[in-house]
Amino acid sequence: MMQDPSNLLVLALILPVAGLLLTLVMGGRYAGRITLLLAPVGLAVAAALVVSVIHTDDALIYYLGGWIPPLGVALRADGLSAIFILTTAVVIGATGIFARAEFCVPPGQPESRISLTFWALLLTLWGALNLVFLSNDLFSLFVALELLTFSAIPLVCLNGSAGMLAAGLRYLLFALLGSVLYLLGAVLLYGAYGTLDIGLLAERVRPEPVAWAAAALMTVGLMAKTALFPLHFWLPPAHAGAPAAASAVLSALVIKASLFLIVRLWFDVMPALMNPTAAQILATLGAAAILFGSVLALRQARLKLLIAYSTVAQIGYLFLIFPLITRPESVSFAAADLSTELVAAVVSTSAWSGGVLQAVSHAFAKAAMFMAAGLIAQSLGHDRIADLSSIGRALPITVLAFALAGMSLMGLPPSGGFAAKWLLLTATIETGQWWWALVILGGGLLTGSYLFRVLAPALFGARESVALRVPVARYREVVVLALALCSVLLGFVRLGAFDLVQIGRLAKAGMGLP
Amino acid sequence: MISTTTLFGLSSAVLIGLGLFGMIVDPQPLRKILAFNLLGGGVFLLFGVIARRGAGAGLGGDPVPQALVITGLVVAFAATALAVALLLRLFQATGQTALDEAPPPAPSVDP
Repeated sequence: MMQDPSNLLVLALILPVAGLLLTLVMGGRYAGRITLLLAPVGLAVAAALVVSVIHTDDALIYYLGGWIPPLGVALRADGLSAIFILTTAVVIGATGIFARAEFCVPPGQPESRISLTFWALLLTLWGALNLVFLSNDLFSLFVALELLTFSAIPLVCLNGSAGMLAAGLRYLLFALLGSVLYLLGAVLLYGAYGTLDIGLLAERVRPEPVAWAAAALMTVGLMAKTALFPLHFWLPPAHAGAPAAASAVLSALVIKASLFLIVRLWFDVMPALMNPTAAQILATLGAAAILFGSVLALRQARLKLLIAYSTVAQIGYLFLIFPLITRPESVSFAAADLSTELVAAVVSTSAWSGGVLQAVSHAFAKAAMFMAAGLIAQSLGHDRIADLSSIGRALPITVLAFALAGMSLMGLPPSGGFAAKWLLLTATIETGQWWWALVILGGGLLTGSYLFRVLAPALFGARESVALRVPVARYREVVVLALALCSVLLGFVRLGAFDLVQIGRLAKAGMGLP
Repeated sequence: MISTTTLFGLSSAVLIGLGLFGMIVDPQPLRKILAFNLLGGGVFLLFGVIARRGAGAGLGGDPVPQALVITGLVVAFAATALAVALLLRLFQATGQTALDEAPPPAPSVDP
């Protein structure tokens, strides 16, 4: 254990960047090995971060160069950041092991450009994600988001085919619009309140037109990056066409980063602005995403597109937490003195835990599903759902992993997805908003239907043997299974996760100040 | 009489409006990229106005927004370069620069 636990924040950022620099110096031949060596170290740092946040029972803060905001820039890890950093480390590590077969240069063969590109981008992505989770000022967050976008888009069009270039370009145009809107919002906030530090803004932001405009601009911009309905058009082609390892990271982690920022924005930066109308609008879009994404997933002919539309749907659940955390009945609608009326955002613990659990279990499940689909596509040479009959006999571990991950997405007990949806359902009842309960239950049914379309023929298809074009390495199947198991086992640790999410959250007074 | 700050503020609003319009309405990727630059220019100009308005005693302007604008310009430049590079590759591969709404291609699992 180190002397000062806040050094862990710096370590979490330096590790991927150091790996990236080392990769660029050493070349593609060693790129995979560097990443695979760094992954366990990064995991250890993330675990240590979680332990110290629990241990100190408060957010860890690191002032860069010892300068305290508003002069300097701070890094801050509360319970929420710690959870996301740990999730990121696990998924990146698993992706690294999974991608070894595709992107590592075998000894005796000439080094390929795609290998260097993939590993360098994976490390950049990791660093950018950690920066998003740790930054404590809006401009650092802007830079982190841009870094994330610039490393995610080349991953989408890694194979350089025309279709994927178009998908990458469409993704980039959406992301650019999103980031410039976010920046405009940040500029307006700076103009009105003279700081970009989250802690200071939380004290200064008042419900007034400029703050409303900034909040709207930033939320819409981040929604475009999260692919929330109706700004989701770029996601399915980009996520479905990317290499399996890349899709796993993109779907599991990259979209969560901008979502994390929306949550941070509404609950940490502008708690004074949170009100029932905004929460209901966000949740309505989320509900539309659940229904629309699930129905489109039902209609897909290809496995990877089905999984990508499922991501569109599952993002929707995460937006349901907004009205569940802000209870409408606790807020008085005194429109006459709205400016003085501070909206009492009563924090609902079960909605918080449910939302975070949904994000984390979806990250594991979706990474496992994309990797499983990648293995199936690689071994069969296609991923047409109609021709997946009895693939379960040929690739039992992969299909088991897919089914377990699907279980978590559907919300069957005892998976993490079940615990998440159960907590969200409890919150809808607690706050008297039964209509969201209908959406959660309906979404679960639709998820079950589209996964059944894949799993029923895969497990109980005709008894003919399937000829695999390419054999699948056992360790890759085991990685996929491990991720799926993580997603299922999360259902058992939910009681511990309760407290962690709240650490550094409620005690907001004095945050960011010496 | 309109002050310089207000004039520049209004100009930035016009630029932001034009850029947003172009990015949302125009179907051509190249024009969208140009509109993004217009929009970015508007945002940076607005930041400059804010810097000027927040000038303290004896200082020409608040230095923080100026530093941030420089970083923002670098990021926007990198974004434009990436977008143009993608567009060029797309043109080389397909001979056109339009993003049609064709269904996404099959995954390239073939060696």
